[in-house]
Amino acid sequence: MHGYFGAYGLVALLLVVGAVFVTVALTANRLLRPARPTPQKLLTYECGVDPVGGGWAQSYVRYYVFTFLYVVFAVDAVFLFPWATVFAAPGFGVATLVEMFVFLGFLAVGILYAWRKGVLSWA
Amino acid sequence: MLALQPPPQAPIDAPQIEYSAILPVLILLGAACIGVLVEAFVSKASRWAAQVTLSLLAILGAGLAFVLYVTDSPERGLTTLYRTIAVDRPALFLWGTLLALGLGALLLIADRTVERGGAFVAQAGIRPGTVQDRAQMASGGMQTEVFPLTLFALSGMMIFCAANDLLTMFIALEVLSLPLYLMCGLARRRRLISQESAVKYFLLGAFASAFFLYGLALLYGYAGSVKLADIANAAAGSAASDTLLFGGFGLLVVGLMFKASVGPFHAWTPDVYQGSPTPITAFMAACTKVAAFGGILRVLTVGFESTSWEWRGVLWVVAVASMVIGAVLGLTQTDIKRMLAYSSIAHAGFLLVGALALRPEGLSGTLFYLLTYGFTTLAAFGAVSLVRDSNGEATHLSQWAGLAKRSPVLAWVFAFLLLAMAGIPLTSGFIGKFVVFSAGIQDGMAPLVVIALVASAVAAFFYLRVIVLMFFSDPAPDGPTVTVPGTFTTAAITLGVLVTLVLGLVPAFALDWAGTGTFAF
Repeated sequence: MHGYFGAYGLVALLLVVGAVFVTVALTANRLLRPARPTPQKLLTYECGVDPVGGGWAQSYVRYYVFTFLYVVFAVDAVFLFPWATVFAAPGFGVATLVEMFVFLGFLAVGILYAWRKGVLSWA
Repeated sequence: MLALQPPPQAPIDAPQIEYSAILPVLILLGAACIGVLVEAFVSKASRWAAQVTLSLLAILGAGLAFVLYVTDSPERGLTTLYRTIAVDRPALFLWGTLLALGLGALLLIADRTVERGGAFVAQAGIRPGTVQDRAQMASGGMQTEVFPLTLFALSGMMIFCAANDLLTMFIALEVLSLPLYLMCGLARRRRLISQESAVKYFLLGAFASAFFLYGLALLYGYAGSVKLADIANAAAGSAASDTLLFGGFGLLVVGLMFKASVGPFHAWTPDVYQGSPTPITAFMAACTKVAAFGGILRVLTVGFESTSWEWRGVLWVVAVASMVIGAVLGLTQTDIKRMLAYSSIAHAGFLLVGALALRPEGLSGTLFYLLTYGFTTLAAFGAVSLVRDSNGEATHLSQWAGLAKRSPVLAWVFAFLLLAMAGIPLTSGFIGKFVVFSAGIQDGMAPLVVIALVASAVAAFFYLRVIVLMFFSDPAPDGPTVTVPGTFTTAAITLGVLVTLVLGLVPAFALDWAGTGTFAF
């Protein structure tokens, strides 16, 4: 376990030990436990509730729009919070205030478009 | 008492902004935002007129601002916005090219005479092949969002070729790509292959963006900065691991080559060129190529010139692969749009020869080649959109047989454009190839130039095949007809043909302009 490649030998040893540990533990478990399956026991475990539907369920495409709008507002907030702590500090002044409203104006264009295209109403 | 006092701040120094230099880009971006509002608030009936007027005014206004700035721009160029944007002579040349090509593409996009209602779908959300889909195909409307999207893409392209640091370049790459992904899926006819092309372009483009971003991260790890000049400094005198530098460079270049549809990174090109609405194909083939090669030139020259000895051999292989793939696979195509797509892959290889000659002649030659290729390909796709039958555009090569007998004007125009792409003298394509290849030879890349000459001879064969087909074959009885185009398409095709002709006869002024300066950083 010396030298440049020796250090990697340690990694390889760890991989082997890990694989052996998992194999031995699972095999011992299988040999020791009683096996009496029922349909109930073979169900996928989903926090105590019976699973409904298949794994390939469709999700509603309209949720995508809400995710998208959420991102718009989240980006808004990410920039607003740090700005709010400094814009009144000396050295920032009117330009900082105006710039933030320019930025908000651009985001508002997107929201206005979404609103006029009827994205904000569910029906 | 706990007071929530913000910690004392050092006053920040606001960036110096040369508004006059970046005014063209600001005009386009502003007009695009207004275009979004027009889409939201103007009634459906008058939207098309409003959008076309706004977009044309925006491009002309940006062109005016550009001309006013160019006449007294500093010789050495300048950097602005914390040195993230470099407005130097090469960038200005590319901006001029992009604005002119963008105007041509916009005219093609706005045309409603070739296809009733325009080449774009009325409602993109309708599923292809349904009753509603057939109804929208016959209706006169179109998704006028195309116009603001075009302006966004165009301004992204302009920022892309002026970006002086990799992060700005990445943002510009997304600003130019995202609208293109959308516009690919908006063809009025053959909705399914149009949507397929949009999804393909989006997935592969996202993949390429990830490559670019990962390369950017590695280079930042290497140089501690995303600025191209800082990376160049770090590469010149740094003890840091070269693995980071070349790993980052390789990934970055893959992202760039993808956008320029070079060589082994071309797989999306034929499908996307074929499926997109033809005006958008023209826009992509002309403008994206210009912007992507503008970015490649700047990255290679400003950021990595000092290490060129290490990476040049790899890019030789890429250039050869691109030329061979484009020329050989182009021979086997039976669809005119796919053929032009493979031709654009071969041309990307030729352009890369010029970009690899890291010397002033290589820079000016590549810029000139971009100018000539952009206009030729714009006009060629404009001409393709005119040959139609009852199912829309007739793009299968067999349908083009004997076209010269039905419509001699279009056949001559198209033949001229194909000859320009093949690089026959008296067309701009010849001068372009000549300056690029001679720059390659001056830089000691003779083997590469020989391969390029062979590849262009092979490529000339498939251009000539179309010409022979148009002039010396008998027309099929149920062949397509040539639509007489309206003002917009006529203007766009005329613009492309005239520039191809003029630059073939008197190229000196454009060559001089392309060679007036180098990159500022």
